[in-house]
Amino acid sequence: MAVLTTFDFDQMLSNAREAYGEELLRMADDGLDFVFTYSDNVAPSSSAGKLVAKYPERCFNFGIAEPNQVGASCGLALGGEIVYSQVFGPFLSLRAADQIHTDIAYNDVNVRLIGTHAGVTAGGGPTHNCIADLALYRAIPNLTVEVPADAGQCCKIVRQSHSFEGPMIIRIDRGGSPNVYADNNYELVIGKAIETLPGADVTLISAGSSVYWSLMGAKILREKYGISARLIDMHTIKPLDTDMIKKCAGETGAIVTVEEHSINGGLGSAVAEYLMESGFSGRFKRIGLPDEFAVLGETEAVYEYYGMDPKGIAEKVRLLLK
Amino acid sequence: MYKYNIDMDLVRFLEEKALKIRKDLVTFVYRIGMGHLGGELSMVEVAVALYYHYMNYDVMDPKKQDRDRFVLSKGHCSETLYSIFADLGAYTQDYMVEHFEVLDKTKFGMHTNRKYVPQIELSAGSLGHGLSVALGMALAARKQKKGWRTFVMVGDGELNEGSNWEAIMAAAHYRLANLVLIIDKNKLQMTGTTEQVMNIDPLDKKLEAFGWQVKDIDGNNMYSICEALQSLPPADPISRRKPVAIISNTLKGKGVDFMEGNAKWHGGGIAKEQCDEALCCIDDNRKCW
Repeated sequence: MAVLTTFDFDQMLSNAREAYGEELLRMADDGLDFVFTYSDNVAPSSSAGKLVAKYPERCFNFGIAEPNQVGASCGLALGGEIVYSQVFGPFLSLRAADQIHTDIAYNDVNVRLIGTHAGVTAGGGPTHNCIADLALYRAIPNLTVEVPADAGQCCKIVRQSHSFEGPMIIRIDRGGSPNVYADNNYELVIGKAIETLPGADVTLISAGSSVYWSLMGAKILREKYGISARLIDMHTIKPLDTDMIKKCAGETGAIVTVEEHSINGGLGSAVAEYLMESGFSGRFKRIGLPDEFAVLGETEAVYEYYGMDPKGIAEKVRLLLK
Repeated sequence: MYKYNIDMDLVRFLEEKALKIRKDLVTFVYRIGMGHLGGELSMVEVAVALYYHYMNYDVMDPKKQDRDRFVLSKGHCSETLYSIFADLGAYTQDYMVEHFEVLDKTKFGMHTNRKYVPQIELSAGSLGHGLSVALGMALAARKQKKGWRTFVMVGDGELNEGSNWEAIMAAAHYRLANLVLIIDKNKLQMTGTTEQVMNIDPLDKKLEAFGWQVKDIDGNNMYSICEALQSLPPADPISRRKPVAIISNTLKGKGVDFMEGNAKWHGGGIAKEQCDEALCCIDDNRKCW
């Protein structure tokens, strides 16, 4: 599936964390039935806060207690509800891992866990970094894992997930990443990656806010080095769209993954596993957070430090193809 | 002495059922070669009282919308429930033995699984989950303005898990009068007494301090159980009242002399001679009750 974007539209800042709340509010206004469970980091002034104010009988605050929140969300679903549950991402994956595994995935309930503050977007250092969640989610059977690239895509996934059968993780960043798509009039299919930018020399496979950084990296590669990089928006980490990977591996011969996660266990690992088993012999590189507790700093500065910013991505790709 | 007028015929009927379930359970565990008889025997009376009288529940129509829910948080005690489901007509013991943990033919497992057994409300096994799930169910009933009630049984050893206390706090915060927590307080966990391993007392005072209404009962005495369940406030989804916790004081391995009060009988199978002896014990002890 191809949904083209360009380098030159006005990539206004988007905010997936606001967008999911706005979409839930619109869905409630449209008459869709669901409940919303949340933790003590939904500000009354946020869009999710407005949902809580307007529909209090279907919104439940669980304070700072992730295991109980996820377990109770399972109970609400077993009681017949479709549940959206917002949790601060690092604490969702690490603190409530057993509840995600057993209550949500094993019990196979219609709960959509919205993990916020992906990667290093929370700021504040390693306690608030969300870098191991995809490794966990990938290893748990029966989870569908969505990582929207921008606010518009987040809205599409949240809306579609209402009629989705089974548990789902929706991983979003803190907010403030630029839009990837100027026009949201494209069809999004859960489980089908999007070819966001055509290219012949190398394929960048990315998800979440890294898609924008990859797009800008591709721009540098094209304008500065004459390298034609294809960009794949792998918004569904699980199940992985291996058909798309196979096609790109065959057509471009070189694959680079870019993600806001540890390089161990996330998108890069998933793609590498598939490529190795499919007999791929081309060039391959994972870009992400290295296996260390990340340095502290502004999010963009941390990206730059680890070469995950557009310049760093372009440089790593150039060296790989050299 | 007793405030509530309990039908003694009902008590006797439930006692007879408990006796049968205890014997079926021991036989079943012998036949499948595994189980957790200590905790499965301690909870028999309460489970019987709920399934045979106090819950609006039909094992032959297990997904009926407005049914009361029973969540077994100590999911390793599944065989007590399976024995009840069988006695109520959903299965035969032979069928359960044939389909117990046999790879892809499995219909029953040591830990509860709601996909295999539709009468099971929650797939459980990892401890400390059931109370959170039950409170979610009670919130669903409130949101839907439905009058069904959620019962959840946890073990006393299980209360070591911190997530229980998150849920105890939240259920009191939401003042869920349609939620009933039953603690099967058999005073033993896997390697010793709860007092030795991780003391949870004074449990009544802790629950009261968290905002619960607490009833302390003899959980192996059917009259005591009936009295507690009969006096529950209406399961009104709207009114906000203290949730009810029933501390069900029981004996681990109840009814089988060589198992009673012995942590060694937490889990495992039993041999033919032990099964025969246990069945004799259960009959003999009947006279004492």
